[in-house]
Amino acid sequence: MSRNRELISNIGLRLDGRRALELRRIRCKLGLFSEPDGSAYIEQGLTKVLAAVYGPHQVRGNRSKAQHDCAIVNCQFSMAVFSTGERKRRPRGDRKSTEMSIHLHQALIAAIKVELYPWSQIDVYVEVLHADGGIYPACVNAATLALIDAGIPLKEYLCACTASLASNDIPMIDISHQEEIMGGPTLTVAALPMSGKVVLLEMSQRFHVDHLPKVLDKALKGCIDIKNILDEAVKNNVREIGSSTGWASST
Amino acid sequence: MSRKIYIRLATDRVNTSVAIEGLRAYPSIYTPGQIITNQNEFMRGHGTYEDNGLLKASVAGVQEKVNNLISVRPLKSRYNGEVGDVVVGRITEVQQKRWKVNTNSRLDSILPLSSVNLPGGELRRRSVEDEHMMRNYLQEGDLISAEVKNVYSDGSLSLHTRSLKYGKLGQGIMVKVFPSLIKRSKTHFHNLPIGISLILGTNGFIWICPIINNTEESVGGFVQNLEEVVPEITRATMSRTRNCILALAQSKMMLFDTSILFAYEESKSITYQNY
Repeated sequence: MSRNRELISNIGLRLDGRRALELRRIRCKLGLFSEPDGSAYIEQGLTKVLAAVYGPHQVRGNRSKAQHDCAIVNCQFSMAVFSTGERKRRPRGDRKSTEMSIHLHQALIAAIKVELYPWSQIDVYVEVLHADGGIYPACVNAATLALIDAGIPLKEYLCACTASLASNDIPMIDISHQEEIMGGPTLTVAALPMSGKVVLLEMSQRFHVDHLPKVLDKALKGCIDIKNILDEAVKNNVREIGSSTGWASST
Repeated sequence: MSRKIYIRLATDRVNTSVAIEGLRAYPSIYTPGQIITNQNEFMRGHGTYEDNGLLKASVAGVQEKVNNLISVRPLKSRYNGEVGDVVVGRITEVQQKRWKVNTNSRLDSILPLSSVNLPGGELRRRSVEDEHMMRNYLQEGDLISAEVKNVYSDGSLSLHTRSLKYGKLGQGIMVKVFPSLIKRSKTHFHNLPIGISLILGTNGFIWICPIINNTEESVGGFVQNLEEVVPEITRATMSRTRNCILALAQSKMMLFDTSILFAYEESKSITYQNY
């Protein structure tokens, strides 16, 4: 527990100078590439993630997977070999990446209105360029932006955030890699922040169940903050495209 | 071959869009999950959904209202076909009595054998031999221009090429851009005065080729003359046009004959080198 106390100093600052409930800087950009239907890039602190969305398109490969009432969502998570401190052996396909892909898929199907696209498939590719804690939330947020860029209908924004507990009573959000390795439990939440629905909840270590409500509450607050930042970016992007195409009204 | 390679992060990219600055009158923008109205006298159109009696947007875009129907149109999406659209597509599959065509739509489009003009005139009967010969007319990978005949309930399109304008495409360049950048106009076939022809498919596929003489092609466009040598000057013009289109698409400008011609004229000041 002595190491845990260092997570937050006496004056309430964390290792990187943030306050307990402060997010890292988020910078994002939509529509980077011309080949995929939608793409996005997000930076949360030093964590950098690229996402690309193809589709909805005809089901390729195994034709029998096509569903008559909804689209199938295909997610692939990969980490660039240079993204971590030690050079990675395999960018994708290892146990951790597969798990991440499944978690991403689980979160995304909760937000995408798949029932609108029968017999189709939506591919989401996510690549981590720099891993500095909170990889999963950054991937979820990047995928959301890419889906919006591709014009795929979503119920609402899907945002994710991490939270932890310092000194056994102070909840803090958006955990960096440094704080992750120092120990302390990490709670990852993916949520639909407008309706407050939790889509995915994952915990790396244990803390007492009495702390859960307040940590979860702060994590959801973090999701709302992230949603507001993403919303601003999306609106700016739409405004920019709209003004250069002259709002191209077909009607 | 030791050249310096610069890799920039996406946030440091130069913004190439040419948004008109002075214009500040933006229409209101809706983003997924945003409430459009709480009155339930409105009908929900595309890009919206109903949740607890509230009408919410499901895509990021601008609102379009027709009487009581509210829809939100995303500024970028896959191609949504409409009857009468001119499209350029690529054959992906040859099936019994029909071809499957990739038109950048949600699902592959269908080109039935009965809606193509076979060599030998309009009133030719289609026999079993024709079904066996289908691969001789169009095979996988061939590019065609066609018109949308019908839109099915699941969103897939049925095409036809029953006009001399449409058919198999021969020598030329295909450029893929986002479908939203193509401006819908009266005609999508253009013979530009710079000596090339353009087919601006509404699905975002653009075909650039040497001038087509319609008088020669009386058989219905299944001939592909690959022996004909296109002069170098024409090829240079075609490549320049292609680059102009890509440049326009990069800065998100609408694509139509005038904008492409203007971009071409502007690009003439930049000379190219022969390698």
